[in-house]
Amino acid sequence: MNILPLIEAKAELTDGGLPPEPIILSTRIRLARNIAPHRFPGRAGETERAEILAMAFEKIADGPLSGGTRIRIDELSPLERQVLVERHLISRELSEAGAGAGVIIDRAQHISIMVNEEDHLRLQAVRSGFNFKKAWAELDALDTAIEDDVDYAFSSELGYLTACPTNLGTGMRASAMLHLPGLVMQEHMEKVIRMVNQLGMAVRGLFGEGSEATGSVFQISNQQTLGETEDSIVKRLINVLHAIIEQEENARKVIREKKALKLLDKIGRAFGILRNAHLLSSEEVMNLLSLMRLAVDLGLLPKEYRTHVDRLFIETQPGHIQLSARGEVDPGERDQRRARAMREEFSSLPGLSFGTKPDVTPKKKKS
Amino acid sequence: MAKPEQCSNCTKPATIHLTQIVNNQIQKVDLCEDCPFKKGVTDPEGFSLAEFLLKPGTLMQAQADQLECPNCGFTPADFKKAGRFGCPVCYETFKGILKPMLSNMHKDTVHRGKVPDRALARVSIKRKLTELESRLREAVEEEKYEDAAGLRDEIQVLRSSLAESPGQTDD
Repeated sequence: MNILPLIEAKAELTDGGLPPEPIILSTRIRLARNIAPHRFPGRAGETERAEILAMAFEKIADGPLSGGTRIRIDELSPLERQVLVERHLISRELSEAGAGAGVIIDRAQHISIMVNEEDHLRLQAVRSGFNFKKAWAELDALDTAIEDDVDYAFSSELGYLTACPTNLGTGMRASAMLHLPGLVMQEHMEKVIRMVNQLGMAVRGLFGEGSEATGSVFQISNQQTLGETEDSIVKRLINVLHAIIEQEENARKVIREKKALKLLDKIGRAFGILRNAHLLSSEEVMNLLSLMRLAVDLGLLPKEYRTHVDRLFIETQPGHIQLSARGEVDPGERDQRRARAMREEFSSLPGLSFGTKPDVTPKKKKS
Repeated sequence: MAKPEQCSNCTKPATIHLTQIVNNQIQKVDLCEDCPFKKGVTDPEGFSLAEFLLKPGTLMQAQADQLECPNCGFTPADFKKAGRFGCPVCYETFKGILKPMLSNMHKDTVHRGKVPDRALARVSIKRKLTELESRLREAVEEEKYEDAAGLRDEIQVLRSSLAESPGQTDD
């Protein structure tokens, strides 16, 4: 199995199907579905899991999602699995799953269906920017088309039956990836996380469960899945997101007014490092790129570089660096390769346009 | 200085003290540095849900009842260990354990979202078919041939509706 065609093709998250926005990087919805009366993947034996995968390939990859790429995880090298995780096409759990684990990815890479992860099917739609409507419309239609040919495990009282009772009911997890450097710099994230948790939403890092929020990127998603409609789950999440966006905008405003010099210095130094460094770890790069995205938001870099930064967020991950080296490379050499790639990327960029935007320069008192 | 408490999972001294309020009841867990990672307690989603959300006693009662899923052989002990169920039938088998957990976990305990109408229609036709087929066998055994002919016709209608457009049939 070779995943290069998939990586080299244009994808939603790396080439921004829609114009990227200042704070919300991407929107995602996933549905957990199981096929009756089969045992859930964690309980099913190898034969039953293989049966589920064959059924999914036949009924979905040859049906509603025809033309998509079908991948058996056990045919991938560890590096290829890592790359798919970094592109958010599969989860870490699936990348570590044994026989019978697979994924179907549509041509535009908006949609991926994981097979034999925690549930038989995990349908996922991803969109760049703030686009729950599009993501849900697309996923809902696909789900209905699959249901035409597949008997979902469903109870009229409990809804879609999932391996873990936390996903019961709608089986829906809606989430958004947010870039919140203002709240991080102002040290307000802890408060925000507490507020968001109280509203029944979870906050995670860039790669979901248990991952760290490097580069000031956070994932916010609904916790509860049973007892309300899909629309109301999404609406509640959107309300929370609007509140967070407002907080982030306020934080940025305060920083611009009170710590402008410090902010500009930070961004300028980050740009200098990206252009000149010879060793960069992936964590450091994430934090530097975060400042570059902020620079675009502040008008220091042209708008079209927002997509550029979003792509680099993914392509500077360890798996991608090794993929471009065409093989496994030790961390020291990775840092060297990563720094070289950044020097190339950033020396072709125009310089930061300090001083042309009156809203970022500190207000001078007239003498 | 007070002597260090022992981890509730192993014998090392406990350095992490987790207090949760569930249903207005305080539940305390003391763990050493290593056990949370081994047990996946570092993230709310990785909690062994059964352990943290079940009322003490419910699980033991279920174990005492020797509850076991007829479809996959899952037991309450398995659920406690995995935090996940074995198959869709488990939800019926472990209804009693599940109910109090769900109200802690979710907005409500009744599904209000999307319903897979087509799949459900197909399932109910299949169920009806099984029933008619057994009635047909009985009728033949009892030599009630007129009834049998009627049943056979009904079965044929249902079978063809299942083959043509599974979603469009009422019932």
